[in-house]
Order: sequence, then structure tokens, then C-alpha cells
Amino acid sequence: MQTLTGAQILVRTLIDQGVDIIFGYPGGTVIDIYDALYDVADRLWHVETTHEQHAAHAADGYARATGKTGVVLATSGPGATNLVTGIATAYLDSVPMVAITGNVAGSVIGTDAFQELDITGVTLPITKHNYFVRDIARLQDTVREAFALANSGRPGPVLVDIAKDVQEASYAYEPKEPIAPRPHRVPSHEVIEAAAAVINEAKRPFVYFGGGVIASGAGAEVAALADRIGAPMGCSLMGISGVPTDHPRFLGMQGMHGHYACSMAMDDSDCVIALGTRFNDRATGDRTKFRPSGKVVRIDIDSSELNKTLIDRVDVRSDVRVALSELLPLLKPNEHSEWAREIRGLRAREQGFADYRDGLCPKTIMEAIDAHREADMPLVTDVGQHQMWAAQYLSFSKPRTFISSGGLGTMGFGMGAAIGAALATGEHTILVTGDGCFAMDMAELVTAADHDIPLTVVLLNNGVLGMVRQWQSLFYGQRHSNTTLKRRIDYVAAAKAFGARARRIESVEELDAALDDAIGYDGPMLIECPIDKDEFVTPMLPTGGTMGDMVVNMDDINKRLGR
Amino acid sequence: MNIYSIAIMVRNEYGVLNRVTNMFRRRQFNITSLTVSETETEELSRITVQFEGENDRAREQLVAQLAKLPDVIEFKEFNPDESISCELLLIKMANDNEQRRQMLDAADAFHAKIVDYTRESIIFRIAGTSNRIENFIDLMRDFEILEVCRTGIISLERGAQVMRKVTTL
Repeated sequence: MQTLTGAQILVRTLIDQGVDIIFGYPGGTVIDIYDALYDVADRLWHVETTHEQHAAHAADGYARATGKTGVVLATSGPGATNLVTGIATAYLDSVPMVAITGNVAGSVIGTDAFQELDITGVTLPITKHNYFVRDIARLQDTVREAFALANSGRPGPVLVDIAKDVQEASYAYEPKEPIAPRPHRVPSHEVIEAAAAVINEAKRPFVYFGGGVIASGAGAEVAALADRIGAPMGCSLMGISGVPTDHPRFLGMQGMHGHYACSMAMDDSDCVIALGTRFNDRATGDRTKFRPSGKVVRIDIDSSELNKTLIDRVDVRSDVRVALSELLPLLKPNEHSEWAREIRGLRAREQGFADYRDGLCPKTIMEAIDAHREADMPLVTDVGQHQMWAAQYLSFSKPRTFISSGGLGTMGFGMGAAIGAALATGEHTILVTGDGCFAMDMAELVTAADHDIPLTVVLLNNGVLGMVRQWQSLFYGQRHSNTTLKRRIDYVAAAKAFGARARRIESVEELDAALDDAIGYDGPMLIECPIDKDEFVTPMLPTGGTMGDMVVNMDDINKRLGR
Repeated sequence: MNIYSIAIMVRNEYGVLNRVTNMFRRRQFNITSLTVSETETEELSRITVQFEGENDRAREQLVAQLAKLPDVIEFKEFNPDESISCELLLIKMANDNEQRRQMLDAADAFHAKIVDYTRESIIFRIAGTSNRIENFIDLMRDFEILEVCRTGIISLERGAQVMRKVTTL
């Protein structure tokens, strides 16, 4: 038994939890914690970003790439509010994160003291739970509880706010084991049998999975399910990389910008087996018209997701892997050759829609990245058109290698998340971003350069906020209000000024050479790829539309625009 | 709109009420009655909420969200036929010479208890179902109401069943 300060107890407890890297930014009410970090720098690496938001995204990227809980540290007041977007991003995508903030001393709490802020109040709707530690006797166990909560059940962010006097006070410390996660509950036999009965009756089954499959580590079981019952597979944006994209039964992503064959097959199916996915509005289109006839078997760890959207269903509240291991033996092996023929037809149709173009365009850029990227390299995106192109065209063979802000759709997520993913995995990491997003997070090239983080940034520069422009073109009479960026940023010069390498390319051949350079370099390199401002993401399902309203390719768009 | 009633057993800590009511706000449920108090154990508080909901699915969704809160220990949805519910009313009336007799008769009929009496005012206390309390307030509208305060609804399930055995805490 030792007597330590609260700040020392905190950093020791983080180490006890297995934390090796934390991301953060110093400030007045965490100065004691930074002082304690000084002594443990060999065991707990603190990576300082240029802004707290990106530190939160880095902790998020770390967690998404590994499944381990990401940790971020910030000071009170503005430091804490700068975390908010990062915490919300993690919350919407169920990413395990512990955010630690300092707060003013107990003696001045409630007086609007300098940099005092009620951050537990602010983060109430965007955390699984949060704590305000006012009593040093509760500090160690609160931190342990926070970690247990963040990475149990459906993962998510937990915030621990620590008053400055608690950090300064002294208390007994003894190392304690992390709180063991509660074992997953096994669904009842009746529920599994009911699910099996529905699936066994299906003539056109479809396996649809989301981020829950990655969190659960159930990719192999999902593929086994599809193989056993002769079903095609599709996923949500969050499900990408859950099952290898080259699996013969995998049709790709479903939803607003999903693959044609995948969206249509799901719409056509008489039984969707939905695994760890929440049927977000971007996946369903108009919910009232979404799949009116078929049945749905849902497996989700979170009971509150089960009744949220669809009516005709069998619900299995469970971890996906646990449920599938119970369910698989009860399923009749099947071929569904008629259904398979229909799927082949859809795929052939999809091929017919494809826009084939030579030269530098989103598709050829993604193909070049695919050709250079190794299976273990995390591929991170920002948010917008480039994100959808990455989701549509890139291939993945290992889970947790596609990292993207889905639920919140956070522009400016990419650089922080890529830094976190690179440091977590030790792998060269590729960020695909656009000029809108990159202007929000490019300052983090500084962090990447300072720490020689192996990072390739592929910047698709179209000089516009492409996704909003696309909507303006299609649905707002081509009134491109505030989406044409008349910026004079020299991205190559800016990246170099931040300490990174950089190159602008004009052709696929130059891109190939630049990717060779970048991936061979143990530090950050920016590759700026100019693309046309009127590249559209297709297919596209207009908001509130049904699968029949799908815009399939550029010809289709040009027809609609009368050009 | 349907009216639903649930009791929620929560950890007796600061901010917990906020976490619970925030869930109603986020899901856009209107709370029509809310009572909170400590229970037989210091560690637990009991929150009784009556709220308006579109339908049973909306209610199920809310309950599932509430169940996920780490501070929520247990909750119970009440079926009116299998539970006892009541609330308490304090009502301050003007003590008017001309109308006093009539007012006291009405109060007497409802077994309202006089808990404060001055030359200018009378406070009545009455317990009962929300319906009974509303009827009494309505009756008092014939006279001059100065102030009204209701506790909101509290409920217990009929019979020996309990929401949570204290020893298991």
C-alpha cells in the first residue's frame, strides 16, 4: 500500500487498465495529471495533438483499429467542450472510449470559476455514462468502472471529470485488476428456435450486418451463416471489413449510396437476417415503405435497438457471435438456386450501370489505393463523397481496417482517427479525405510529422463541398450556395510547412508512383489528387425514397438534370 | 396519446434524476407527473413517472433506453388494475365569511383535512387518486383558490411482490 496523489493514482490506474497510449492536450486543471505523466512516460505514452477534438478522434481511431478502449485527456472548460464532437462521434458508432477531463477545485465548483464548465451535464446525452469525481476515495474505482462500462455490452464513450483538489489530494493506492467484463448472456433456446424456424422457411434469405459484427468479432460466423443457408450478404457502412469484401456471397454496402445489387437484393428478400445493425435512416430510406413484405430476424446486443424501427421480426438480444454459434446448428443447409440466379442477374445489371472512365477520377484513385494497400493497413476516411467512394470501391480482408465516422458523419474526423489507428496498430495508415474535411483537420499533420507517424493522406481536391453540392445539383435547382470553395490553399506547400512530405499528382501513373513513395516512407505524406467538381456519388437513393427511386449512375443523373 | 406509468429504482446520487428525465426529453415524451424520494434504503431512490406516449412501441423504446442507464437498478411498468396509485394535494383557499360554510361542507364531503387556518386563508389537504383530486379542485373553483400544490403520483403494485428486495443490494 502506497500513498499517492490523485493525479498519480489516475495514471497508475490507467496503466493497470492496460492503457499504453493516451491522446490529449494540457491545461490548468490537468496540470497535476501531466505532472504525474512525466514520471511514467516509459509506460504510458502521451501523444499531444494540436486540438482536443482531434485527440478525441485519435482515441476513437485507436479503439476502432484494435477494439481496445481509447483514452483522451483534456482540461476543463474549452478543453472539455472541444472533446464534445469526438465523444459524440464515438457514441454514435459505439466506440469504446474513456474521456478524462480536469475540473476546477471543489471549493469553487458552482461559482463559474475560470474555465469551470459542467461537462458531465454537457455530455449527458452523448456518453454511456459519466462521472464527476469529487472524493479521492472514489477515484480509482471510478476509473476502473469507467473502463468496464466503455467496453462492455454495446461499447461507447464514458467521461470521467476530476476536480483539481482530488488530483492534488493524497490517498492509499494499491494496484487492482481491471473489472472483468460481464459474460455475454446466451439467448434462450426458444428465441433461437423461433429465429431458426423463420430462417429455415425463407426462400430468399439475405444476411445484413453492421458494426456489431466487428465489435463482436463475428465475421467468420456471419460468413458461415450465409454459406450454410445459401444467402447473399450485405452490410451497412459500419459493417465494412466485417467480412472479406471478396467473399463470393458479399454484395457490398446497402443504403443511400450502397451497391445496387446489394440494396435491391435486400429489398427483394423475404427474410433479412440483421446482425449488429440498427437500420439507420441512411440504410432504409423511407422507413414506412422499407421492406413492407418480408420478415426480419434481428440479433443485437442492445435491446433498445431491437424495437426501434421494424415491426415484423424475431428479436434475439445477444452478442452476435454468441447467438450465431447457437443458431447455426439449427439451420438447414440450403442452396436457394433460384434466388442465387436472381442475385447473379442483379450483379450483371450492376455491372451494366458502372461508369467506366480512364484518367484520374474517384474510381481510378480508389483502385490505385487498393493496388498499393496491404491487408493490415488501416484505411481511414473523413466524411463526404470521398468516404462513399472509399466504401464502394475499396476492398478489405481484415476486420477493423475500415475506419469511418458513420452515425455522426463528422467532417474533420480523419486526421485524428488516422493518427490513432496508426499508433495503435504500428501499421502504415492511409487516410482518404476531401478538401473540405482536410481544411478542418490538416493541422494534425503537425502531430503526424512530430512523431514520424507512417501516414499517407490521399486528398481528393475538387474545390467544392462535393456531397452538399451533389444534393444542390439534384434537388436544389443547381443553386450551389456556399459549397464552391474559392480558397487559395497550396496544400503541398502547407503540408511541407507542417513538416510532412507532399506531392500533387495529375495522372494515375503519377498517383501510383506517389503511393509507392508514401507507403515506403515512415512519416506523413500528402498526395493531392485533383478531381472534377461534378463527380457524383452513385448509386444514390434520395432521402425518403424507396429502392425504386434509386439513381444508378451518371447517365441517370444527367438525364434527371436534362443535360 | 396514451398515458403510461412506471416506477424506477435508481442509485441515490446527485444528477441521477437528470439522467432519467433527460431520456424522456431526448425521446420527446411529455412527463405529466413525477415524484422522487428516498426509499427504505439510503442507497436507493424511487422515481414514479407518468408520461404521454404515442403507442406501446414508443413506450417500449423508452423503457429499453432507461434500462440501459447504469444508475437504474430496477423498473416496473404499472398496470392500473394491479396497482395502487395516489397523490396528495395541498390547496390554499381564501377564507371568505360569506362562502366559508359552503366551502367547508364541500371539503367535508371529500374528507379534506384543514391543516392551516387564518382569518384570510384555509389550507386543505387531501389524498387520493388523481381523479378524486381533480374533482376536488374543480369543486373549489366555485370559491377563491389562492394556491395549489400536488405531489404527483406514487404507485405500488398490489400484493406481496416488491420491486427489489433490499438485501440483494
